[in-house]
Amino acid sequence: MAEHEVIKDPITGAETTGHVWDDTLMEFNNPLPLWWVWAFYGTVIFSIVYWILFPAWPIGFLEKGYTTGIKTISYEKNGEEVTRHWNTRSLLWADMHRGPEEAKRQEMLKVVAETPFDDIAKDPQKAQFVQAYGKNTFADNCAGCHQAGGQGVIGHYPNIADDAWLWGSDVAQIEATIRGGRNGMMPAHKDILTPEEIGNVSNYVLSLSGETANAEAVTAGKLVFDTKGCAGCHTPAGTGMAALGAANLTDKIWTQANVPGADTLEDKVAAVSGVISGGIQRQMPAFDGRLSENEIKVLVSYVKLMSAQ
Amino acid sequence: MSGCQKKSANTTTAVIHPRSVKGRFRNMKTMIMVLAYAAFFIFPWIPFARNVGPDQAVSFDLVTRKFYIFHVVIHAQDIFWLAALLFLAAVVLFFATALAGRVFCGYFCFQTLWTDAFRWIEQKIQGDRVARIRLDRDKWNANKIFRKGSTHALWLLLAFWTGLSFVLYWGYAPELIQRFFTLDLPSAAYITTFVLMATTYLAAGIMRENVCMHICPYARFQSVMIDHNSKIVSYDPKRGEGTAGRALPKKGLKTQEERSAKGVGDCVDCGFCVQVCPTGIDIRDGLQLQCIQCGLCIDACDNIMDKRGWDRGLVRYASENELDGKKTKFFTLRTLGYGLATLGAIGFLLGSISMKKPIEGTARQIRSPLYIMLSDGQIQNRYEVKVQNKTQKLAVFDVTIDGLNNATVDMGQIKNFTLKPDESQKLLIKVLHERLTGEYKDIPFRFVLTPTKGEVTEPVYLPSQFISP
Repeated sequence: MAEHEVIKDPITGAETTGHVWDDTLMEFNNPLPLWWVWAFYGTVIFSIVYWILFPAWPIGFLEKGYTTGIKTISYEKNGEEVTRHWNTRSLLWADMHRGPEEAKRQEMLKVVAETPFDDIAKDPQKAQFVQAYGKNTFADNCAGCHQAGGQGVIGHYPNIADDAWLWGSDVAQIEATIRGGRNGMMPAHKDILTPEEIGNVSNYVLSLSGETANAEAVTAGKLVFDTKGCAGCHTPAGTGMAALGAANLTDKIWTQANVPGADTLEDKVAAVSGVISGGIQRQMPAFDGRLSENEIKVLVSYVKLMSAQ
Repeated sequence: MSGCQKKSANTTTAVIHPRSVKGRFRNMKTMIMVLAYAAFFIFPWIPFARNVGPDQAVSFDLVTRKFYIFHVVIHAQDIFWLAALLFLAAVVLFFATALAGRVFCGYFCFQTLWTDAFRWIEQKIQGDRVARIRLDRDKWNANKIFRKGSTHALWLLLAFWTGLSFVLYWGYAPELIQRFFTLDLPSAAYITTFVLMATTYLAAGIMRENVCMHICPYARFQSVMIDHNSKIVSYDPKRGEGTAGRALPKKGLKTQEERSAKGVGDCVDCGFCVQVCPTGIDIRDGLQLQCIQCGLCIDACDNIMDKRGWDRGLVRYASENELDGKKTKFFTLRTLGYGLATLGAIGFLLGSISMKKPIEGTARQIRSPLYIMLSDGQIQNRYEVKVQNKTQKLAVFDVTIDGLNNATVDMGQIKNFTLKPDESQKLLIKVLHERLTGEYKDIPFRFVLTPTKGEVTEPVYLPSQFISP
């Protein structure tokens, strides 16, 4: 640029750039402060270093769809050492598996896994751990059907927070249920029994639970119950059989027929009749192999502590 | 471009080299600085035996969320004390400002304290005001390199120790410092130390009064807290200027009599008050934004007045009313209000700390599901009962309930709450009751924790409710 004579603005006395347009039009020379200029250059250099190290530019034809940077991060995943380009998701994963809190958690998990259930139930520390750790495992694997609090859904999934267990409430039985899953089956009786018989046996089943029912129908229903196959699984007393998953009909709990939700006897009979004529087909998947041994151990303890048994 | 910058350099960025001065306000500042430094640098090193927790007088343990300050242990749920403390700090600040201007700035602010310490180092190595100004003007030579270099090295050392001392509060100091120098600490410790080191060095060594003038918001809102009755550092213009202005004590102007005969005031225009000012202002121009009310100009002027045998107080703490010849009112709505708020905050904080409950707990009903029907028709509700033992002794509590007749408490195989010193436990407790048939389907009741062992002898009540279909 050609040298210009520096002209001072006559009014303010401030320096101008020396350029003059249209005879009198001048431009103030107000340079940026030096610290600002250098800070700006600093950010430029910083960003270039950053681009080299970290993922930065979204460029579609690259393998990842962006520049990955040369910085890497290593972490353990499923027992294998994995190295990825640096990214926050991997960082989070690495932190979650390396942090001191996680080490403590794993240590406690090992201790709990080796402790028999009765000792867990007596020890507030271990019981607390099971409540906290098991809550997540339960929420991830069980709550989808049995609901977050284990209350289940009448007609679909059994309530496991109460004290009635179709397949038994021992720790060993609960473990077997979780590991192997269960197939709950009751044959449909709409082709085996007449509608009248179904109505009568429904009255009888209601009376077993202490509900008020039609006395005549109860007597007729008991005959059907004893002779037409019901007692085979539910036992003649109606108390069920854990080995078959046959429900205890004498308690106040209904897992299939929505009796608590019905107000009149007619509705209650209809609810029970529906189950008898349609039968039951329910299935719980096996979790052996899907969950680790430690997780199964914690889950069994969690369910056992949660239930009213 | 360069011309413009030179111009601004002369007005705002010139380094201020205040002259040192002796006097009562200087002594007070030094005393406060020594006390504050002693507290900050020594607290983490004082041993303090505890049954539970670190054997360190002041320790902030983030992992267990407990703050230890001598005999007081602050748990996470006591954190509102921090809010009370901040409120107290705010109203004390307002109160002090209403009474005596920016006393906080002048005597207690860490910016002032650290700048003072840095200046003390500077003065010991480079000499007083004139020597420092001369050294600044000198060309770079061995002497200048040595003096400037050692000053900055000592500044960096003090800044580093400041940052490190802050870090020591967050762990067990003797172990922490060993691990610090063996590079065994998490990066957060090093980042905190070096960021604090850098900011301390920059703020107290380089930026100094510019922090007070351009960065600190308090300098800007002080004006709303000062009124005509606030005792601020003031020059008494009536006495100093007389009717004919100030004048040097030349021949014929040496005594007060000669001066008053000619209408000349008591100010001998020696400039000492300007030379000692850490923000480089002339107090004789009246109250200014830059003034941090440190009182050093009072010390300077007092020295001169003492030498001449005249009364002190040409520059003094005086209100605008006092300078106008009116009375200073200390009891105004503003000072009374701030004073009452201060007392209230102190009372609340002390009361709350002294009445801290040694046992705290909550009973939270599990709401998913709200109730469970059992096979015999009874209704079960579940509760997450959390009890914290804040005492330093083992505490055992039996659990019963009050307000729900014929109910059963089921704690499974756990018999009671057995809490170690400073331990908290969360247990799942089930309560069984027959189905409610009345109008109300939920009944409030209380868990009663009856102590059988420990410091606390009164039962603890935890309110909750029972819900039935």
